[in-house]
Amino acid sequence: MSEPVYVTGIGVVAPNGLGVKEFWSGTLEGRSGIAPLTRFDSTGYPARLAGQILDFDAAEHLPNRLLPQTDVSTRLAITAADWALRDAAVDQAAMSDYDMGVITSNASGGFQFTHGEFRKLWSQGPQFVSVYESFAWFYAVNTGQISIRHGMRGPGAVLVAEQAGGLDALGHARRTARRGTALVVSGGVDSSFDPWGWLSHLSSGRVSAVPDPDRAYLPFDTAASGYLPGEGGAILVVERADAVARRQAPQVYGEIAGYAATFDPPEGSDRPPGLRRAVELALGDARLRPEDVDVVFADAAGLPELDRAEADAIREIFGPGRVPVTAPKTLTGRLYSGGGPLDVVAALLSIRDGVIPPTWNTTDVSDDHGIDLVLGEPRNRPVSVALVLARGRWGFNAAMVLRGIAGGADSVRV
Amino acid sequence: MSVMTLDDLRRILVECAGEDDSTAVAGDIADVSFEELGYDSLALMETTARIEQRFGVRLPDDEVLGLTTPGAVLDAVNKAAAGV
Repeated sequence: MSEPVYVTGIGVVAPNGLGVKEFWSGTLEGRSGIAPLTRFDSTGYPARLAGQILDFDAAEHLPNRLLPQTDVSTRLAITAADWALRDAAVDQAAMSDYDMGVITSNASGGFQFTHGEFRKLWSQGPQFVSVYESFAWFYAVNTGQISIRHGMRGPGAVLVAEQAGGLDALGHARRTARRGTALVVSGGVDSSFDPWGWLSHLSSGRVSAVPDPDRAYLPFDTAASGYLPGEGGAILVVERADAVARRQAPQVYGEIAGYAATFDPPEGSDRPPGLRRAVELALGDARLRPEDVDVVFADAAGLPELDRAEADAIREIFGPGRVPVTAPKTLTGRLYSGGGPLDVVAALLSIRDGVIPPTWNTTDVSDDHGIDLVLGEPRNRPVSVALVLARGRWGFNAAMVLRGIAGGADSVRV
Repeated sequence: MSVMTLDDLRRILVECAGEDDSTAVAGDIADVSFEELGYDSLALMETTARIEQRFGVRLPDDEVLGLTTPGAVLDAVNKAAAGV
């Protein structure tokens, strides 16, 4: 059997909390990061609500050298990686540089930075465009900056799969650890809240135009009207069990026990969507049965048709109302590549604390869904296995199974 | 006569590529290598693009890559400005 792979460190940058502690208390208390956009004058846009990170001062967290060459998304990603490595008490100097890899996901690149450089291009000319635009725009930039900053010369990769990519990155990090890289920094962070980025969000036709922050994003609710985009995400430290034991990591949040990705059939096909198959494959990968799962963190698209498809998949696999389902992302909006990793964090903390955060704001779940959506307040119950789902536009599906470790880090000592 | 001084260059460097701390580029850095100052070839390209915008002096890219200290950049800029 393959060596288990554990999560040993977490760094969170979320609209409802900077840092794991703030994010988790906010998630359990219902503190929302949803508000009208303030990055630019958004009056006049048909939809204005988003999950913004408003209390992040990059100069406080990053060396001055990195500021001229980084988009806000990269600044958030580098900071989250710093926090994850600190949380895991990783001593980079004590490890071989080729034994540490970086695998992240990104869905939109450095939007705001690029918007600024494009403005220079068309108003002043090409010689005014920053040389740093050459990589600041790029999907791979977070992986690159994190690996340079920490001298991590092991496998470096970036996965792009719209809003499912964050789970794919963590899945690939697990694979990479099993192939021999002791430690992998992995996750996803996105941000694209300049006017151009915002317009790109709106062009999907899936963003809710409801102006009430508590009523705009209501997954599985009879009043579901779309979703809200958010910014941020999570970066995790992922390590093989033997490496965790060897360096005596201070904690183990849980095991990445199973993972799978599938792709939907083309529109008009009579084959079913791929989400159910992703869950079945991920459970098979974890050698678990549906009845072993204690909670499902749903993708929660917030659009009636997509909510129904997800509820169908969950009901068919687990049975009607047989497993608690939740979507705390109503407090942050959908974070693109950051959404899956942030849900993984919430799942691991549910396992740690024996509590399931509710789907804040959703109140009226259609009976047809046949799911036990956790509503209104946190539900206290032991959680040892959690399933996280993510879907991306154009057919991406990903599922990840997290399993608690009885005894935490102490149980993996050599 | 110089069109650009070391202080001008210092300001542009920090503007283009940041600084490690307030003292890193302070003082007489004319003969300290860019490598030692922590500025890479991208930082230098960004800096020379900015010099062109501010001072109207264009240095060819292949010549720029051969300039290893602030003093060498100043020399090149001021010579080019004087038409030498």
